This record gives sequence, C-alpha cells and structure tokens, in this order.
Amino acid sequence: MTESAIDMRPTMIGAPVQRKEDPRLLTGHGQYTADVQLPRMAHVAFVRSDRAHARILEIDTTEAKALRGVHGIYGAEDIASLVRPLCASSRTEGYHATLIPPLADSKVRYVGEPVVAVVATDRYVAEDARDMIHVDYEDLPVLTDPAAALVETDTLIHDEAGTNLIVERGFGRGDTDEAFHTAAHVVAGRYRMGRHAPMALETRACVGHWEHGKQSLTMWSATQAPGILRDALAELMDLPGKRIRCIAPDVGGGFGAKVSIYQEELAVAALARITGRPVKWVSDRLEDLTTTSQSFDDIVDLEMAIDADGVILGLRAQVLGDVGAYSIYPWTASLEPVQVISFMPGPYKVAAYRGRAQAVATNKPPMGPYRGVGRPVSTFAMERLIDKAAVAAGLTPEGIRRRNMVRPDEFPYKTPVGIQWDRAGFIECLDSVVEAVDPDSFRHQQVEARAEGRYLGLGFASYSELTGLGSRIAAAPGMPINTGTETARLRIDSTGAVVAAMAFANHGQGLETSMAQVIADELGVAMEAVMIDSGDSDPLAHTTGTYASRSAVLAGGAATLAARGLREKILKVAAELMEASPTDLEIFDSTVRLVGTDKQLTFREIAHAFYTQMGRLHPKQRAAMDLEETRMFDPVFGTASCATHAALVEVDPATGMVEVKRYWVAEDCGRLINPMIVDGQVHGGVIQGIGVALHEELIYDEDGQNLTASLADYLVPSAAEAPDVDVTHIETQLPDNLTGFRGMGEGGTIGAPGAIANAVADALRPFGADVNTLPITPQRIHDLVQAGSAQTLRPGRNNSSDDTTS
Amino acid sequence: MTGTASGKVVVSMTVNGDRVEELVEPRWLLADFLRENLGLTGTHVGCEHGVCGACTILMNGNSVRACLTFAVQAQGADIETVESLGTVNDLDDLQESFRKHHALQCGFCTPGMLMTAIDALRKRPLATDQEIRDALSGNICRCTGYQNIVKAVRTMVQKRDGDD
Repeated sequence: MTESAIDMRPTMIGAPVQRKEDPRLLTGHGQYTADVQLPRMAHVAFVRSDRAHARILEIDTTEAKALRGVHGIYGAEDIASLVRPLCASSRTEGYHATLIPPLADSKVRYVGEPVVAVVATDRYVAEDARDMIHVDYEDLPVLTDPAAALVETDTLIHDEAGTNLIVERGFGRGDTDEAFHTAAHVVAGRYRMGRHAPMALETRACVGHWEHGKQSLTMWSATQAPGILRDALAELMDLPGKRIRCIAPDVGGGFGAKVSIYQEELAVAALARITGRPVKWVSDRLEDLTTTSQSFDDIVDLEMAIDADGVILGLRAQVLGDVGAYSIYPWTASLEPVQVISFMPGPYKVAAYRGRAQAVATNKPPMGPYRGVGRPVSTFAMERLIDKAAVAAGLTPEGIRRRNMVRPDEFPYKTPVGIQWDRAGFIECLDSVVEAVDPDSFRHQQVEARAEGRYLGLGFASYSELTGLGSRIAAAPGMPINTGTETARLRIDSTGAVVAAMAFANHGQGLETSMAQVIADELGVAMEAVMIDSGDSDPLAHTTGTYASRSAVLAGGAATLAARGLREKILKVAAELMEASPTDLEIFDSTVRLVGTDKQLTFREIAHAFYTQMGRLHPKQRAAMDLEETRMFDPVFGTASCATHAALVEVDPATGMVEVKRYWVAEDCGRLINPMIVDGQVHGGVIQGIGVALHEELIYDEDGQNLTASLADYLVPSAAEAPDVDVTHIETQLPDNLTGFRGMGEGGTIGAPGAIANAVADALRPFGADVNTLPITPQRIHDLVQAGSAQTLRPGRNNSSDDTTS
Repeated sequence: MTGTASGKVVVSMTVNGDRVEELVEPRWLLADFLRENLGLTGTHVGCEHGVCGACTILMNGNSVRACLTFAVQAQGADIETVESLGTVNDLDDLQESFRKHHALQCGFCTPGMLMTAIDALRKRPLATDQEIRDALSGNICRCTGYQNIVKAVRTMVQKRDGDD
C-alpha cells in the first residue's frame, strides 16, 4: 500500500456505522438479566409494605412456610449478619445520611419498601407464599407534602437525623440586592415539576450466585453501574472485591434509574449466600413504578431582574426538592435539587445570582437520577422566565436569548456557581434553530390560525450542561465514589485478536460500536476486529459504569490513550521482527507494513512471533516488550455541551390536547463519533422530555399510595403522538479536549420540557395562561383555559406584546 | 389436554415450526412458558398487563400479548416468536431495515416491535407514516423516540409494495 492509499482509508470516527450490538438484539439473542438461567435456581418475591409510614410489629410466615415449593422466608434479622445497610455519605455540611436497610427492619418508610423475602422454586410459588405472609403494622403519620415535612418536628422519616431536611445548600456570586434594586423589570414565577419515573422498559432484576467452593459471589444485575455495585457489596458483605463479580449483561434501558444501588440487590446477594442456590428476582411493573428511584418533583421559586434592554442583571432561585424516604446511594439526596440551582443560569451571563436548595424527606420512594438530573427542571423554570422577561422588555423570545447568551469571544466563561463553560456553540445552536424555524413567518401563521380558532404556539429552550465530568467535579459533593476517571485495557492476544476491557456499561447507547470506532481508528484495524468486554466489574481494577453523559468522553478518552500506547508497542515488536525502524511502519487493517515495500506482518503473525514462537525474539528484547496497554483518563473538569430546542404545538382548548407538530434541535456535542447514534439519542431524549412535559406524572395520595402504578396510568409517549425531530449538529472542537468528544446522552430530556412549556404557553396566550406546572396535562390546560375565559379574555384576541418582532 | 396429580396439564403446540409438548400449570402465562419451559428468551416481559407490547408474538398469524395469554390457550396453536426470524449471521429484511435505520437502542422492546410490525405489514396498507405510527402504538419504546422505527417500517412497506 502506498502512503496516499493509507490517507484514503475510511475513518470510522464520524461515520454512521451500523451497530455491533444489533444482530443479537434483533434475533432474540440478547441476554438480559431475566434471561439468566442456572441449575437449581430459585426465585424471589418480596413482601412489600402497603403502608407509607409504619412500625413493623409482627410478621407471621407460618402458613407461607408450609407451602410446597418454598425454600425459605427471610426478614431483616435473618440477613443482617451477611450484609449491612447502605449509607450514602457526603462531606456537605449539615447533611444527614440515612441508613438504607436491605429489608425494612423496625419501620417502613414508603409504600413498596421490601420487608420480607420469599425464596421458592418458581415465581408463581414465591408470589403465592408472599400473599400468605401477614405483617402487622402500627401506622405512623404519613408525610407526602415536602413543604409540610420541612417544618414538621414530631414526625420524622429518620429519627436519628432529627429533621426531615436532609440537606440544604446555597451559593451564588455578585450583589443580587443591587441588581433587583436597579432593575427596569423584575419577573418571577413559581415552577413546579411533577414526580416522574424514568421507566426503562426492562424492569429492575438481579440474579445472585454464591459459589461455596470459592466463597465468592456473582451478581447479574440490570444496572448501569456494575462497578459501583461490586464495590458497595464488597464493603457491606466484608469481602475482597475479587470475590464479588458484578455483571450488567444486556440492559433494557436505564435513564438514571439503574445507576443507584437498591435494597433488593443487597437482599438478593445475601439470599444467594444464605440459601446456597442461585436466586433470581425480576420485578414486575407495579414494583418498578412503586420502588424504582423517582425523579424531579421540585418546586422552584425564581425571580429575575433585567434592565430596559432585556439584559439579565440578577437571578434568585429557591428550590424545594421532595427526595423521598432515603438519601440515595451513592448520589445522596442533594443530587437533584442542588443540580437545579447549579445549572439555573443556563447558557446566559448572569452577573449576580443566589440559589438555595432544600432536599426534604417524605414517605415516597427515594429520589434518584433521571436523564438530565436537575437540568430539565432548571431549564423549564429559567426558560419560562426568560420568555416572561422577553415580554417585559419588548423582545422576541429568540432576541432575549441571543442578547444574554455567552458569546463566542467570552469563553471560557465562569458561571456564578463556579462552573466553567469551555467554548461551545451556544449562540450557533440558537441561530441554527431560529433559521430552521423562521419565527417571523410562524407568527403570521399563528395570527391567521387564531382567527380560525386554532391555537398554535412556538417555544424555545436553550441550555448548557457539563458532561464527561473529571476528578475535580463530583456528581454530588463529597459522595463516597470517584466518578472522574476511567480505565481501558487493550491487548493483542496470542491469536492476534484485539481485545479491549472497558469500564462502560451499555444499556442502549451503542457503546460497543462507538468505542470500537474509536479503537479502530487509533489502532489501524477494522471495527469488526475490535472485541470489547464491558459491563463487568472483573477485568479492571476499578470501574463504575455508564451515567451522567460520561462514557463518550471518559471511556473514549481512555480507549484513545490505550490504543495509542498499544499501537506503539505493536510497532516496536514489528520493527524488531522486520528489522526496520518503527517510524517507517504503518498499521492498516490489522497488518503492519513497511512503507514503500511489500514487507508486512499481520497482527496474527506478530502475536505468534511474540507469544508462541519460542526464540523468535531475543529474550532480553522480549522481556522489554508487551502487547498490552492499560490507561486511565481523567478529563479533570469536564466539557460543555449545549443545545437550543424549538417546539411547534397546536393546543385544542376544548379537549386540552396538545399536538406537537414540529420539533427542532441544534446541539453541540463536539466531534461526533457516530452521527446515527447521536441522532438516536437526541430523538429518544426529546420524546422522553415531551413525556415529562405533557403526559407523565406519578401521583401520590395523602396516604402515600401511588395512584399511577401501571402503564395504563403512568402514560409514556407512544408512536402515535411522538413527533419527528429535526436535528442539526454544531461540532465545536477544542485543542485541549483529547478526543474532541462531549457528552450528549441526556440533552434531549433537558431541553424538551422547557420548549414544550413555552410553546403551550405561547399557544394559550389569548387565555392569559402561564404554564408553570409540568406535566401540562389536558386537565391542567382545561383549568388554565377556564380561568382565562373567566377573566373575559376572548379566544382569538391577539393581546400579546411578543407577537411583534423586534 | 391431560391433567396430572400436580395440577399440571399437557399442552402441545407448534413453536417456530417445532412441535412441542410440555407439562405446565394452567395458570402459567404463555410468555413464561416460552421463556422458562422452552428457553426462548427473545420474548420479553415489560409490564405483564398488556400495555407495553414487549411480549408480542404471533399466534396463528395474529399478534397477541404473550403476557395476557395462558400457555394452555395456545393448545394446538401455531406460535411464532422473534427467534423464527433471521439469525445473527443472516438477518431477515425487516431486521436489516431496523439495523440500517437505527430503529433499536437497548433492544428490549425490539422483539415485540418486530412481531407487531410483521403483523401490520401483512395486514395493513400503512400508506402514511401516521398509519405506521398507529399500528405501532401498542408497543412502547423508551429509547428511540419511534422516528427511526417508523423509517424502518416505511422501508419495508415500500419493498412490499414495490415502490423502491
């Protein structure tokens, strides 16, 4: 091959390559946790609390124990010696950690909390026995309203905390009092985001297998974080990590719900040890909707000071987060509400800012991460208020955003909370969407439609997010794990195969494909030649998993460094074998060639010479060489990703139905690895965000009962109402970003709730409607329309100041 | 069907072309029967109340929810599951179309989505994207936002109708 031919070789990075995962998943040969079958395997069913807050008085298992097929029935005391409770610690001042028991011991704190575990021959028998177990409770007062729980002193979810306020944080920069004093306009609102379920289609599940001979445990779990699970179990079970192996096989979606450690995982690990059988637990949808970590549920009081030109002078935010019954491991209860105040200023320059967040315990399932974490809420609140500010200042929605965004020459920009935005296409994304949408012509259409009694609305939402967090930025302050580094180990094995041990845990992102693209390009091999081991705690000394839009950046960085190192090692061995200088060698298609000659060695030939052909290399030389490279990558601070979304909706005021007619996204996640996968992540994220905005809500009654515990009640978008999403990519690259990659898996869900809320508010402007609660369901739209009509604002009347363009 | 002392009954049916005969409790769901008795774990269970569609299979040529069907109801039936389609090394046209259009991410809904699409492609005109969306509306996908699934099915409609 000539040098010019090498230059023409296809580059995998940037190509819409078909996924390596697909053939097995399309043919029913994926292996999910529920598919694991082992000899002598038993099945677990949990007796769950039907009370939100109660003391456990007595548990009667007599009848259940007698049932044929029941292997054993276990309560908290029976497994206490095998596994300790979890505790999410934090260095944050005033934080109250909560002990999370594997099974509820003295009291239950939410409906659905596991109390007793039944192990039986199959799930049918296990559930029969479960229904024969009687638990006597003494009811305690139930706290479901976080505002009431905050001031409550007699009823505490965790007595040892002495308060229901699990954590409170506040920070900011600048003189907000002065900003509000000198403002031309002050706009304010109270924004409420409902409680949501990430609702991965695969319910949570795990299989525990204790091998007596080896005194070691293998856990398969539908988790995003097999490494976090391994390290937690090792600590809680007093075992060296090597004797616990956690495997996340194919995982049917996570969206943040599978990145925390759960009571059932601890219980199943203990049950495997105590019963001496492999034990499988697969939750049903009722269990999933009532016990999997829940999300958002923040009340945001936000006020903004602007000058006469619409420039933001100051911002104040007060957030009350309902974090449920436990401070979730390892992220802690601060994760969601503190992230809301951290990212409130968004992509805008805010000179003076004060944010304060309170995380309050209630008798509901624990709050955990969900795609976007905090930012869907901060973006919803901030973007609603920006639209209000536009009206006050007489600007268009796009005009006020452009005026306040960090401009290209102002990067790097330090936000009022100390987050640094590196150069990203904030304004480029906005401009790109505005050009695609053409708001001026839309506003003419809108006026014409209103005259026909049709209510069209256009809404924008812009955001920026910090992704690929490095070791200097913890996902939650002081939490007990390191999320800032990642390791990859690449090797050529004795057959010449390229094998990568990586720390990511794939659950739909196509990481086996995108990481193979990265390695293929760096190493000079075909993508098909790269075999990746992932989703397994065993091959590497330390792993966590896939969450927080980290894997492209961290795993991609580690893979890049390891592939570069391995490439040098291959060239060194080949140079010795070919009696050439490494600088004269090129690698293409798993073959090392001496440039300008027809001399070449395949990886297979190199591996044979290195590993199996004795005497081929001089012992001294061989001792100084290897064909394996392990590298860690730490992006230190992380990298900024951003987007602007726009939604065009039509609202039927009679039925309260919202049709999303068009949807646009322009996003900047730096250099794309696989544009097909990136588009897919945006599509899926946006549709989830539309679910957040329009359909989905977990509703609890005052007794702490979940009234939306089936998919007939908790409504996720179906194909029939999901719009197509137009996606444009801005690929800002920076020299000090090793790979050029930035995280993007969560962004769709961050932008969509705000864009939809603004679009619905725009459509309902003739009714004077302020959309300040999500989801904006037909009932809520009905209420807004009724309230607007009662104020004699006639439908069809154009009374909005921002219908004029500036 | 014949009963036994344990309350189990014999059921026989054809699954992916193979004649099977098994002892099963009358209360066992067809989804559990396929997965546990036959080891055909390609049929997934997502909600067990017939909403999500992940367990969709074909019974006598019609798409049904294997989580709302008892195994004994399939006595004598002809069952097709995702395992009846192409193989890892030889995907069929619909599977290829899903792969080409990136119509799957985590893959959990995919078997049910494929079986629903087969049924719809056999029976419905699917002339517009909205018709395709309506036909797929009983299958929840939490990952893709559906856009690429619609594209994949649209490609198959064109192929079926000779439009490509």
